[in-house]
Amino acid sequence: MTLTKLITGAALIAAFTSSAFADGHTIRMGTEGAYPPYNFVNDSGEVDGFEREVGDELCKRANLNCTWVINDWDSIIPNLVSGNYDTIIAGMSITSERDEVIDFTSEYFPPDPSTYVALAGASADVVNGVVAAQTSTIQAAYIASSSATVVEFATPEETVAAVRNGEADAVLADDAYLADIVNASNGELAFVGSPVAIGGGIGMGIRESDTELKATMNTAIASMKADGTLTKLIAKWFDGRSVEY
Amino acid sequence: MFDYCVDPQSLDGFYWWSCYLTTVKHISFYKSFLVVFALLGVTVPLILIFGFMGAVARQSKLYPIRLFGITYTSIVRGVPDIIFFLFVPIALDQGIEYLRHKIKCPDWTDPIRQGNDFVVCQLAKMPMGSTEQWIHETYGFFLAALAFSIVFGAFAANTINGAINAIPRAQIETGVAYGMSRKQIFMRIQFPQMWAYALPGLSNLWMILIKATPLLFLLGVQDIVYWARELGGTKTARFTYPHEDWRLGYFIVLLVFYLLLSWLSEIFFNKLTLKVTKGQATLSGMNNKNSGKSSS
Repeated sequence: MTLTKLITGAALIAAFTSSAFADGHTIRMGTEGAYPPYNFVNDSGEVDGFEREVGDELCKRANLNCTWVINDWDSIIPNLVSGNYDTIIAGMSITSERDEVIDFTSEYFPPDPSTYVALAGASADVVNGVVAAQTSTIQAAYIASSSATVVEFATPEETVAAVRNGEADAVLADDAYLADIVNASNGELAFVGSPVAIGGGIGMGIRESDTELKATMNTAIASMKADGTLTKLIAKWFDGRSVEY
Repeated sequence: MFDYCVDPQSLDGFYWWSCYLTTVKHISFYKSFLVVFALLGVTVPLILIFGFMGAVARQSKLYPIRLFGITYTSIVRGVPDIIFFLFVPIALDQGIEYLRHKIKCPDWTDPIRQGNDFVVCQLAKMPMGSTEQWIHETYGFFLAALAFSIVFGAFAANTINGAINAIPRAQIETGVAYGMSRKQIFMRIQFPQMWAYALPGLSNLWMILIKATPLLFLLGVQDIVYWARELGGTKTARFTYPHEDWRLGYFIVLLVFYLLLSWLSEIFFNKLTLKVTKGQATLSGMNNKNSGKSSS
């Protein structure tokens, strides 16, 4: 008797929590985990970086339970729409092409110019030569539409390696990612040419049908912008960069 | 791991390495070697079952079953593996969730396909959204293992089918003359002997399977290739143990691992061939017999 009650009770609770969404089920946050400082897997094997902190804070404010899922960049959009996780938070710039397939929240990181990096001492012409970029990024699309030749790689790491081993003359990527690499290269690599402004800001990718989650996240992002938390986090992870929201 | 690992920047030489190689991330790398063995352990029985059933279906007297066997082996062997590996887990996953959705949420009125989105109710999610990440990963692993089994099972079916056909017709006729039923002929003559003919093909398949295990990585399972690439990648000052691009070193470790595995398999299959051909009226069986005599 009591057992039956317990079971029906549990079933009822389960039914309610799954329909009333904001205070119940876990939101799975999909990220690449290979693009420091935006997101990376730290030495403890956990997702770390700017987006980890932003994501955790957003979930806290929206009163959501969140877990982190690592997924390859290549298949990060297909796996979102097929429901393997509920958000993409992976340094993904808001573009009209992506917006046709998924929806974006408002930006939590402003438009960031992309920069070229080549071996130190290379002439500025290398930006018109063979340029490496990660597959399905705004940078790859930009190079493809310019006079330069694009070589695409699955991971950011490989794009830099291609410059080191001479397969590509230069690499085009987000400035913040390359800045770390250049600093750590002991003068082997250097910025080259002038930065190019491509892409909108970075937003969280959400299924088009998931309007409720998008609204929740937008509210949380707005509150983080309003009280200056986001500005602080950007300064912390991007060498004191100051962004006004 | 060790007590002195608190401040890695102050360490060098042996101490630095002992700390570096025992980070949680490295432990995950070591554990992922078990994933490879788990995949082999799960898929090999399934491959043999699929292969055997496929072969039996192709030998069947009933046309629909034979057609099924032929369709299975032809289509799976003809379609590029990579398409199958990407298609089967996603199709299975969505198929299961679709069925669960129909059963568990009959009141749901929204369409499941909304534009590009595949939307089922929370209760129908497989595994449930609230379960731990490792359960999601294990589930993904088994879907991947099933995809492997379906693909390799088709190749195995062809090999086993060929092996059954390779058994001399005279022996079957002898069986018939002795009044054995079709089933008895299969169990007493064909089944025990076919292994000798199937083994070269199956051992090829095993070698290809070993080499195909890194495809797990494409299916989102964090296997040795994932961790080697992740650990080997350039680590900037944001990490506790910064280093340059060490992927070459990590991939050499994988190379040695795969070579060792292939080498051990080779030894195993040589022994197995000797065993299954024992006493058979084939060249291999004869050699086996002779060597057996000389050693005794």
